[in-house]
Amino acid sequence: MALFELRKVRYREVLHVHELNIEAHKVTCILGESGSGKTTLLQLLNEMITPDDGTILYRGRSIAHMDPVLLRRECVMVPQSPVIFSGSIRDNLGMGLKMSARAPATDDEMRESLRAVCLSKELEEAADRLSGGEKQRLCLARALLMSPGVLLLDEPTAALDEATSLEVLTSITGRARAEGISLIIVTHSRSAADLIGENIIYVHQGKIVSREVVSS
Amino acid sequence: MNGVLQLEWYRLAAAYVFVIILIIMVRIKKIPREREVLLSTVRMTLQLIIVGYVLQYLFTQANAWMTGLIVLLMLAFAIYTLFKRSKHPLNRQLKKLIAISMTSGILASLLFFLLVVIHKTPWYEPSYVIPVAGMLIGNSMTGIALGVNTLAQGMSSRRSWIEGSLMLGAAPKEACREIINQAFDAALLPTINSMVGMGIVFLPGMMTGQILGGASPIVAVEYQIAIMLGILGSVSLSVMVFVQFAYKAYFNDRQQLVLVEEPRQMVK
Repeated sequence: MALFELRKVRYREVLHVHELNIEAHKVTCILGESGSGKTTLLQLLNEMITPDDGTILYRGRSIAHMDPVLLRRECVMVPQSPVIFSGSIRDNLGMGLKMSARAPATDDEMRESLRAVCLSKELEEAADRLSGGEKQRLCLARALLMSPGVLLLDEPTAALDEATSLEVLTSITGRARAEGISLIIVTHSRSAADLIGENIIYVHQGKIVSREVVSS
Repeated sequence: MNGVLQLEWYRLAAAYVFVIILIIMVRIKKIPREREVLLSTVRMTLQLIIVGYVLQYLFTQANAWMTGLIVLLMLAFAIYTLFKRSKHPLNRQLKKLIAISMTSGILASLLFFLLVVIHKTPWYEPSYVIPVAGMLIGNSMTGIALGVNTLAQGMSSRRSWIEGSLMLGAAPKEACREIINQAFDAALLPTINSMVGMGIVFLPGMMTGQILGGASPIVAVEYQIAIMLGILGSVSLSVMVFVQFAYKAYFNDRQQLVLVEEPRQMVK
């Protein structure tokens, strides 16, 4: 059974998807230029927005009939602009678990999640003093710590230089594979998609124009 | 204590000298506010004269229905004023919540105050009910107005923060918890501040009125303490009901943030 199935989905004039299946336990990269509808596609998957027409199935169930809060706890999304809460790095890491009614994490688990995004910081440090790229990685670590079924990442390393970006993406992918997390990553970097993607979906002007399965 | 000193009409008229001074000052400073100063002075004078005669009539008619009707009219006017003066657009759901929270908070506090604290027979004695209701309604209106503004501003300026929380699986109430708390805080702050300064920084109007009216300062203070606690109860109850449910007006049934953008007329 596919993780997500989209059938004749339309959202305003931004996105028209005739048919799309996204597989579970894979790294799926959504590639495309700015304004092509990539973020819209991601937001549709965890119901931050609702399509005007069509059906979206998550593990065979229509998301229109699911509790959106429970769906978002299962399919956690990290937006491109980092959302940082007041307090320390520890507070921020714990916030995802708290908000999604999960059990709190130990300091060791928190440090492990920071390592997975290549961020060497102390848990006590003030989160709002981090640079843009560090904040983005903190958001990724927070989402990883939640260990959800699906992680939806919108340009997760846009604020990083290419070398660090590839390092972080490789590390996240490894962690996700180890924990059985399905990854859906929006990116405009072909090199990043080639490095980590198992399935690559290319979006152009609101339409899926090609799908590729990358052989390992 | 002596009875109240009657004000001669020409002595009352002399008080308008302050308005004339203000008009001269704004003219010298070329601040275009003469019209507003004049209009507000005339409105205040006419409104108070009318209300004086209305109250004089009502105080002779100790009738539960009549008193209840007056309180409801005051409440309805306060709610209408709040809708008109809100700086932020209010949709139908928010308006309904404002009306429910003000009505429930004010009436619950008013009834408790009349039946338990004042304990006057009959309980609907208009010379007690109407002034007390006026103070509860006025203060609750200010509190709710501040709560509405803080909430609406927070929802709009912290949109990405709320959506970021929703993306992590937060329920809408959890995602807005900080904004809800800020709105509650902003709404209660004026009442708390006025309690802190009372008796030292200023003498409250009701107490001053009672003392000028010939009451003993101790009796006036007793009433002032009681009414301040009543105001605190009324404001906090109204605001509590409002902020606990108002955030829902900003979410649709799929728990997505939708900002309130109902077209409305601007209040000048």
